[in-house]
Amino acid sequence: MVVPKICGIETEYGITHRGTEESNPITASSLLINAYLSGLQHAPGSPMARVEWDFEDEMPGRDARGVGGGDVGYEPETHLVNAVLTNGSRYYVDHAHPEISGPECADARSAVLWDRASDAIAQRSMRAAATILPEGQELVVYKNNSDGKGNSYGCHENYLMDRATPFGRIVHGATAHFVTRQIFCGAGKVGTEAPGSDRFAVPFQISQRADFFEEEVGLETTLKRPIVNTRDEPHADARLYRRLHVIVGDANLSEVATFLKVGTTALVLALTEQDLFPDDLCLATPVQAIRLVSCDLSLRRPLRLADGTTATALDIQWDLLERCSKYCNNFGTDAVGGDVATDVLDRWESVLTQLEVDPLAPATTVDWVAKYRLLDAYRERNACGWNDTRLQALDLQYHDLRPERCVAHRLGLERIVSDDEVLWAIENPPPDTRAYFRGRCLQQFATHVVAANWDSVVFDLGGETLRRVPMMEPSRGTDHHVARLFEECPTPADLIGRLQQ
Amino acid sequence: MAERERIQKPSRSDSEPEPAATEHAGSPSGERLKAEMDDLLDEIDEVLEANAEEFVNSYIQKGGQ
Repeated sequence: MVVPKICGIETEYGITHRGTEESNPITASSLLINAYLSGLQHAPGSPMARVEWDFEDEMPGRDARGVGGGDVGYEPETHLVNAVLTNGSRYYVDHAHPEISGPECADARSAVLWDRASDAIAQRSMRAAATILPEGQELVVYKNNSDGKGNSYGCHENYLMDRATPFGRIVHGATAHFVTRQIFCGAGKVGTEAPGSDRFAVPFQISQRADFFEEEVGLETTLKRPIVNTRDEPHADARLYRRLHVIVGDANLSEVATFLKVGTTALVLALTEQDLFPDDLCLATPVQAIRLVSCDLSLRRPLRLADGTTATALDIQWDLLERCSKYCNNFGTDAVGGDVATDVLDRWESVLTQLEVDPLAPATTVDWVAKYRLLDAYRERNACGWNDTRLQALDLQYHDLRPERCVAHRLGLERIVSDDEVLWAIENPPPDTRAYFRGRCLQQFATHVVAANWDSVVFDLGGETLRRVPMMEPSRGTDHHVARLFEECPTPADLIGRLQQ
Repeated sequence: MAERERIQKPSRSDSEPEPAATEHAGSPSGERLKAEMDDLLDEIDEVLEANAEEFVNSYIQKGGQ
């Protein structure tokens, strides 16, 4: 059965502390987030109390394959700043990076909007930190996935899936897409960081992340990274749902790239749930293939399939597009974002058509193309090689989130959401998932909310015990379900009383 | 929703084995795009970190997820 493809994006940002030698990334990340949170608390007319994350349901070591030994040596860092925001997202320090895990979204357009809101929150955080730091110091946030020195950090996607779909089938379907979708959602990178490779053995490649994937399937996220991650932490009713935790993607500056990344993946996953994914699209060597695709700007390199034939990344994407299009014709778009899915199909076809004719054509929608064209023109004008540090600097600066320094910002990338919508989404949750309930609780009753997480909100009503409100169904708690309830309940006790009826 | 037409792959011209920009110097639109890129490159020089080498060398992150 195809369940609604509720999705969300979590971004670990790069961070630097300029103007001092005496800083470390954990301190810098904490400072950044605390500056933002204290700015909120002191905003005029804001009743915002700081609400902490609730670790009750964290189990990152559980494996979707159901095999034992699921210990990744990764414990949540419970002692560091970890807050819940009124737009339903989580803002915290993870692995020495500031991370924003965006709220649950019902479709790809929503995912773009709240991804933009996360970036805007990071920008506000930089400005808030500037008012606290000594003269000459500055925190700078980068939305990228690699430091060019072999260290990578992630931009993960999450998709709600039917528990009844066998995990092996999900792996089969997702792998072919994850290896090939980078041709339109890769963010581009100068050089290579593949283990054992000379830094400039590849002048420029399509993906930031491809160098860091060493396994086809696995539980790890920080080393020996797998193309398909098996973390089984549904943050929902585990009898009904899985959450597919996707770690293979790049963080995108292009809104269209984010839209396509999430929208096409939701469609391909629906295809696997409906058991329509073709058997013959199985790659022989996915780990090799993901690097081959990333390093082939001509998009013509044939990839070996398990049945002995070959196909290019474009061939595989055309095949998937056609099948997803048929899926929508036959089964409708209700589970995959409604009208937004139709827009995904149109843009998917458009970008593949452009890439087919000329891989460097989609310069205002595909990050790696926008970046490559600029760097290549810069290289030509300055008669320098791909190993010139100015090109590496521009590569990093493409992702600098300071508006006045962001290179991507100057390349005329097409927009999908407006600045006004982003401003609104900084403070408000998506209306059509359970994130709405979480966000409204924080907007209306923050001083009584002790903690919150993806699937519950914990209230202190002044009694002897705390009251936990479970939210095990990600598609419930929407404005349609509970907006009126919030209007009718002046106190949190009223709200909990009504919910128990 | 309306029945979608069967998706037709466009045929790729095989004249360029390597990726090539769509604009070509000499054509009117190519000239305009080249001028736009020149303006952009001037602007980019202003944005580029003053000490690119130091900036690149000092951009070191901890590995994350």
